[in-house]
Amino acid sequence: MPRENIMRFIRTRFFPHIFCPGCGHGIAVHAMLRAIDSLGYNPQDIMVTSGIGCSGRIPGYINANTLHTTHGRSLAFATGVKLAKPNLKIIAVMGDGDCAAIGGNHFIHAARRNIDITAIVLNNYIYGMTGGQVSPTTPHGAKATTAPYGFIEQQFDLCKLASAAGAVYVARTTVYHVAQVERYIRKAIQKKGFAFVEVVSPCPTQFGRRNKIGDAVKMMQWLKENSIPLSKAKRMSPEELENKIVIGEFADRDAPEYTELYGELRNRIRGEGA
Amino acid sequence: MGKVVFWQGNRAIAMGAIAAGIRFFAGYPITPSSEIAEILSAELPKVGGTFIQMEDEIGSMAAAIGASTAGLKSMTATSGPGFSLKQENLGFAIIAEIPVVVVDVQRGGPSTGTPTKPMQGDFMQARWGTHGGFPLIAISPSTVRECYDFTIEASNLAERFRSPVVILSDEVVGHMRERVELPNESEIKVINRKKPTVPPEKYLPYLADPEDDVPPMAAYGEGYCFHMTGLTHNEWGFPTNDPEKIEAMNLRLLRKFEKGKNLLTRYSTFEVEDAEILIVAFGCVARSAMRAVREARKEGYKVGLFRPIIVWPFPDEPLREIASSVKAVIVPEMNIGLMVREVERAVAGRCPVYSLTRLDSDILTPSQIVEKIKEVA
Repeated sequence: MPRENIMRFIRTRFFPHIFCPGCGHGIAVHAMLRAIDSLGYNPQDIMVTSGIGCSGRIPGYINANTLHTTHGRSLAFATGVKLAKPNLKIIAVMGDGDCAAIGGNHFIHAARRNIDITAIVLNNYIYGMTGGQVSPTTPHGAKATTAPYGFIEQQFDLCKLASAAGAVYVARTTVYHVAQVERYIRKAIQKKGFAFVEVVSPCPTQFGRRNKIGDAVKMMQWLKENSIPLSKAKRMSPEELENKIVIGEFADRDAPEYTELYGELRNRIRGEGA
Repeated sequence: MGKVVFWQGNRAIAMGAIAAGIRFFAGYPITPSSEIAEILSAELPKVGGTFIQMEDEIGSMAAAIGASTAGLKSMTATSGPGFSLKQENLGFAIIAEIPVVVVDVQRGGPSTGTPTKPMQGDFMQARWGTHGGFPLIAISPSTVRECYDFTIEASNLAERFRSPVVILSDEVVGHMRERVELPNESEIKVINRKKPTVPPEKYLPYLADPEDDVPPMAAYGEGYCFHMTGLTHNEWGFPTNDPEKIEAMNLRLLRKFEKGKNLLTRYSTFEVEDAEILIVAFGCVARSAMRAVREARKEGYKVGLFRPIIVWPFPDEPLREIASSVKAVIVPEMNIGLMVREVERAVAGRCPVYSLTRLDSDILTPSQIVEKIKEVA
């Protein structure tokens, strides 16, 4: 049971929740709420947007300003909210398909624009809610309902993508590394600009079962055994890194933030600036 | 009389948006609507507003809705193919009840079609383009002054009904320049959305006032913590699978337009009192039709014009009443014959309805309409 100060961020009114047994999303959400609480925010300071699918349902259970949008559009809606209310701390939650397939364009451009949004992708390598179809992060060779013979495409590395597109903070971890999830999200929220945290989250129902990894406990073990810290991964060959989860901080830099730049532009035009 | 200007239709829409209190615009360039984005990129920061060119049409629609949820009056503008891309989020704005103005400066289609030439092919897309079949409001200007006035009206209706409102313009109206006498500021009526009067802990985002079936709307970031979703929801904004709640929400979405019907019936008439033949036209074609009525009258034909201004909901009742006293109705339009279906439905057999279409991407001329009048008479 979460502590009382965490409970103020949870809408128990809407329980029971819809997540399957063994789903990793609850762990990630709890870590996110601890991060928010540790930074001293209140529910009214926080805005959580989401797209579609299992991760899309997360904001409904969070007591804050919450908006459940269309598939892939979490960041595009969040951009409008942020520009209208720059003082809100915006967290955009996405699934892997949400972020990298249908929402890929918004993802790279929000990163390029460097708008102050904390983007969290809960990557479970699969389309869970729609029944286990492949996603852009499904590992090469894995099985899905739309890849019954194994997935022949290459897996997307979302952290490399975010970093190349201009995100000022980029990190990846798994729900097994729960303290790290909280720490990375806390850093992402504190970072001014587009910050991206990828949290690998097990989906025993659609991914684990179909790919013979096993139940929730076995999937946690799988996350533990297959995770390689970035420092170690740097010394490994691409072959050794195949199907491994490289965890760590991929980018942490500073760059001009979009809403601030627009505010300055507005002041300049109106002759109120420096 | 206010200021006199020589403006393009698209400029009038942009300046009408500023006058309406619209303070957020997200867009993606597309001919023949791009001037609206260009002008607002210059004008919005001057009044403390925000302009953003998004990465695509879908993102523009999403950002415009997002800004509206956070309390700003908000707009986007596009043309046919871009309007198609916005349709999913237009449906989101309908179910989540977010005020937003969407300008569609129609061009020739289908697909990329003829970007720099006019057609009226989005008449049905405006109403039925999104999924689900629920209503929205669409208003169609014929003059540059109307571009200004109707943008203010579109914003007001969006706020009043918590609904997306489409401005169904076209390439001719968007790009033509006219001398315009602007209204004085004191003549401009601006409507703002109803805000909740209850404290945050008592606020239910989808509990509607029984009087108008429109729920008061809090803004994100102003102390109210609430949930909005594109899923069918209960009064809390929380998704529901309860058939009773689903039906209640769906029926209310219809009822708010029923109850506000008098505000949503807008049309104009010209020379209809003794008319034997009635022309029904909208947008740029209504201008040709007005001239055609004058010319045909000179030659002794008793012709009148009925112009739907709010094209969705379609003004069924007033049209039916006028159609009851004429011998024939002619519907000239620059598409394959889309509005004629609505006219036939409204007229409901009271007189024959004739379609006149033009598909070569040039404007339907007054003489073409006069010719049709003579043929029918």
